[in-house]
Amino acid sequence: MLFRGLRLALLVSPLSLHAAEPAVHEFRLDNGLKLLVQEDHRAPAVVTQVWYKVGASYEHGGVTGISHMLEHMMFKGTEKHPPGEFSRIIAANGGRENAFTGQDYTAYFQTLEKTRLPVSFELEADRMRNLLLSDKEFKKEQQVVLEERRLRTDDQPRAKMEEHFQAVAYTNSPYKNPVIGWPDDVGGLNVDDLKNWYGLWYAPNNATLVVVGDVNPGDVHALARKHFGPLKPSHLPEIKPRGEVEQLGPRRMTVRVPAKLPYLAMGFKTPALRTAGEADWEAYALEVAAGILDGGNSARLSSRLVRGQQVAASAGAGYDLYSRLSNLFTLEGTPAQGKTLQALEKALGEEIRRLRDEPVSAAELERVKAQVLAQHIYQRDSMFYQAMQLGMTETVGLGWKTVREYVDKVNAVTAEQVQKVARKYLVDDRLSVAYLEPLPLPEGAKAPEEAAPMGGDHVR
Amino acid sequence: MSVKRVFRVVVFLLLLTSAPAFAVPEIQHWVSPRGGRVYFVPTEGLPLLDVRVVFDAGSARDGDKFGLAALTSGMLDTGAGDWDADAIAQRLENVGASLGTGISRDSAYMSLRSLTHPEKLDVALETGREILARPRFEQKDFEREKSRTLLAIKQRGEEPDELADIAFFRALYGNHPYAHPQEGFAETVAPLTREDLTDFHKRYYVASNAIVVIVGEVKRADAEAIAERLLSGLEKGAAPPALPAPAPLGPAETVKQPFPSEQTHVRAGVLGMTATDPDYFPLYVGNHILGGSGLVSLISKEVREKRGLSYNAYSYFMPLRELGPFQMGLQTRNDQAGEALRVALETVKEFAANGPSDKELEAAKKNIVGGFVLRLDSNQKLAEQVAVVAFYNRPLDYLAKFTGKVEAVTREDIRRAFRSRIDPDKIRTVLVGGGAK
Repeated sequence: MLFRGLRLALLVSPLSLHAAEPAVHEFRLDNGLKLLVQEDHRAPAVVTQVWYKVGASYEHGGVTGISHMLEHMMFKGTEKHPPGEFSRIIAANGGRENAFTGQDYTAYFQTLEKTRLPVSFELEADRMRNLLLSDKEFKKEQQVVLEERRLRTDDQPRAKMEEHFQAVAYTNSPYKNPVIGWPDDVGGLNVDDLKNWYGLWYAPNNATLVVVGDVNPGDVHALARKHFGPLKPSHLPEIKPRGEVEQLGPRRMTVRVPAKLPYLAMGFKTPALRTAGEADWEAYALEVAAGILDGGNSARLSSRLVRGQQVAASAGAGYDLYSRLSNLFTLEGTPAQGKTLQALEKALGEEIRRLRDEPVSAAELERVKAQVLAQHIYQRDSMFYQAMQLGMTETVGLGWKTVREYVDKVNAVTAEQVQKVARKYLVDDRLSVAYLEPLPLPEGAKAPEEAAPMGGDHVR
Repeated sequence: MSVKRVFRVVVFLLLLTSAPAFAVPEIQHWVSPRGGRVYFVPTEGLPLLDVRVVFDAGSARDGDKFGLAALTSGMLDTGAGDWDADAIAQRLENVGASLGTGISRDSAYMSLRSLTHPEKLDVALETGREILARPRFEQKDFEREKSRTLLAIKQRGEEPDELADIAFFRALYGNHPYAHPQEGFAETVAPLTREDLTDFHKRYYVASNAIVVIVGEVKRADAEAIAERLLSGLEKGAAPPALPAPAPLGPAETVKQPFPSEQTHVRAGVLGMTATDPDYFPLYVGNHILGGSGLVSLISKEVREKRGLSYNAYSYFMPLRELGPFQMGLQTRNDQAGEALRVALETVKEFAANGPSDKELEAAKKNIVGGFVLRLDSNQKLAEQVAVVAFYNRPLDYLAKFTGKVEAVTREDIRRAFRSRIDPDKIRTVLVGGGAK
């Protein structure tokens, strides 16, 4: 017999679900710097992020990885603050800091107790215009980045396969290059390349400053004017369109590297929200399609391919709504024990065919929307994530208001629209497929009884 | 103009005075009539709730069936009560709840995040209750999940970093229950049966072995009802006996495992500290200086900033119920593995012998104390911190007293604690990669 347990009568109004969105206060300084401030008074903390409109997709051949390399060098000192001092000052103020580079952005952040916000502004303003790029520091950091590349890509079979997959899936889009750069390009960079890149892109009129936390927007604005206001704007380079040419048929490739398991990646050329133009519903319909396939454990890939047919040990789908240029709707997976890459590809292809041929059920659509609504509230538990969303949408040219439209736009998507975008974009002529075929590796770790003494030399 | 001037003065003052004291949320605690310990922190501002139910049922409880705790935990949401995996997932996802299960060496947990909307929360809690109390462990699900685990174990064999961790724990712990990896080995997972799982669940997923952590926008009375409901399906049972202490280390050893990678992954360390260690604060603050504070830590400065030898070089203590490891780690191009290891080990030994300078200690305290609020600035982080306090039976005012205890640490405390824990003649070193020759 099923024991139902205690019923709760919680004294929480359902209205609180629709609690007002926190306001975003937008300012622009005379030198072009955009400032976005969102209040969150739950804890006396503040997140600062500086987003620059430059990343791997702005790079040209021969210097791939230069945006990421420059990100590393941004911690290597200005006239005022010698190498390493940026991090020491933030640490002494109890802060956490780091930076990240993507295809469409380079961003720097600090999280601090709220009264320390001036510390972050002073340091970020200083390195926005006054970076010293010394040859000595550059040569060391170049080695660090090459180690990072070995760690993240060269010794990771799947990451390596993904890198080659992107290079084949795109013909001319800059997304064909890895963010960290090709090894020869990273190794071939010199400090003058970095100085030139810094001079081109690091200026207040190419940056967005995002502040989320226990702050007053007017005070933050005044503080920003004080620290960033005196910085000179630059004449920025013209951004070339670099749109991907039309794909004229399916593409297939194989990567053979030492690995233990095979792996599959598939990608269909799709518009991003920014490139969908007037038809922005298409991008949201693709977002919902990804949710139908992979929005949780009840979604189709887990339910049908991992549990039902047991053709996949794991499978996923992804779509990047907020990229600057057109992107890929991706599927990936690992075949289950005894299943082949071909069988998994067929099963994933069958799921795509279903999206094209049959409207998704009302229950599935509702489930995706319920999760979107809940996630939207959960995300407000993280100041950092909220700042990320504002900074990213602003930097790729969509504008931060896009974040506020997300729930309504997803809610408006119909089953018919999902089917329409599947028929238009999830088709053979737009498809690229990559197989990872493992080459032999030595035995992995074994249980003690059967293992040779540590599987190698054992030296005292 | 005048506004600007006033503002500058205000900023100046704020920087001179230390940050206003941050009111650390108070942890409410009671023991359920069913035997479980309950910890509750009410929060305001967002209509959400984070719940964690934690059991002393981690991989240290595997016995000789390495991987049993992990597979048991991994199967909880593949069928429970009247529902199969699809039904469970649909129930949760219909109300936007997210549920996860997992293990560490010491513990097994279920985490549940839900909106506080009454009907939605009701569905989430009922599903969580059934998953804990009445998992099905059906044969077909068992076969599938075991097979997936075996594939994951196989894939581990393409990751030199994971292989280094496995070799390091074995070198440190020998036959102790902490020695084996949480997922087990292919040879120990393959013979597992569904009866092993049902036995493990019956023994360890019991109210007397459970801790419930509730953090979110609900009232005390609601929290009491939520805890009772989550525990309501569990047998009373009993907490398991204490784990044995790990055997003291003998003379230093180095393990070299060749692997066809471009980098060599390095680990070195000794038995470190327990979660309730009397030297917890000196060791924690000391390691913050040595290798626990990212790019400004001593190991990172020596290995990365000065010499460009590694992207990631660090050290940490992992406090566990029994002595957890102290470990240093890095990865580097194969031909410079020896040099990187030498630099990092010298840094560790020098610090263990002499401790930090006044300036280094001062900087570390400023960082830890000044940044303490950042550990508690979201519902989720708060729930995680409270779960650690609860599981290891730390005092309820642990978080409230944390910064005071950090401030009280002296150079001499650190020097004494490090000298007593890190004996350079007992360090276990592991190298996995092309440079392990």
